[in-house]
Amino acid sequence: MSVKLSTRQVGDVSVVDVAGRITLGEGSSALRDLLREMVGKGQKKILLNLGDVSYIDSSGIGELVSGFTTVTNNGGEMKLLNLNKRVKDLLQITKLYTVFDVHEDEAGAIRAFA
Amino acid sequence: MRENKHHVPETVERLLDSTLESVESAEELALSVAQRAGFDDDDLMKIGMAVRESMVNAVVHGNRYNEHKKVRFSVTQGGDRCTIRIADEGEGFDFNTLPDPLAPENLMRTSGRGIFLIRSFMDEFEVRRREPSGTEVTLVKYAVSK
Repeated sequence: MSVKLSTRQVGDVSVVDVAGRITLGEGSSALRDLLREMVGKGQKKILLNLGDVSYIDSSGIGELVSGFTTVTNNGGEMKLLNLNKRVKDLLQITKLYTVFDVHEDEAGAIRAFA
Repeated sequence: MRENKHHVPETVERLLDSTLESVESAEELALSVAQRAGFDDDDLMKIGMAVRESMVNAVVHGNRYNEHKKVRFSVTQGGDRCTIRIADEGEGFDFNTLPDPLAPENLMRTSGRGIFLIRSFMDEFEVRRREPSGTEVTLVKYAVSK
């Protein structure tokens, strides 16, 4: 299964539910395109729910970094939600875990946006 | 925990096209052989990702998706280890000059973490230049960590 992306609005926060594999090719480009589209529409508060992500490779990690930079450079905020152990481990060994604002519950993540 | 049972030695070899489909095929092949060798889920994840990153290097950076160039792939399990070899027909590059992805100035780069992940996940990682052209990487995962 490749990546599946769906968006929903919770107040002024745009939540992206990500499921499947974020890997080189369709998976990472779909996420990149969606985040750029959201930023293009002026969405400033983006919460990536990675709870159903089964696999992420270095290209997928690169897309998380790219998305974070794109959102931040446009005056917005991007946070991560529900990392499974594998994704969390990957972000920790690549020293990115502390770069991202990571949350374990959605309500808390929503409240954390400025 | 690794089972480390007595498994029959096995080698699987393939000559693969320079496509992303080959990346998937190689990962699946390596995982199926390693699974039969008794590696646990955690090690299977590491082996799978190391193979994926190596195959991406071979297909994308080595052969540059060239349909006339192939990737030679083999996975062997036997004794105390699983060994994977991946060879491309590209121009090759010096792995030792890659920037450190953990350096503060590189943390927010969108690429350059593949080799780092391979080194992190495998017990041995060796790069060899092929003649007349190409690069061969050898990945080894021990059945029992040293």
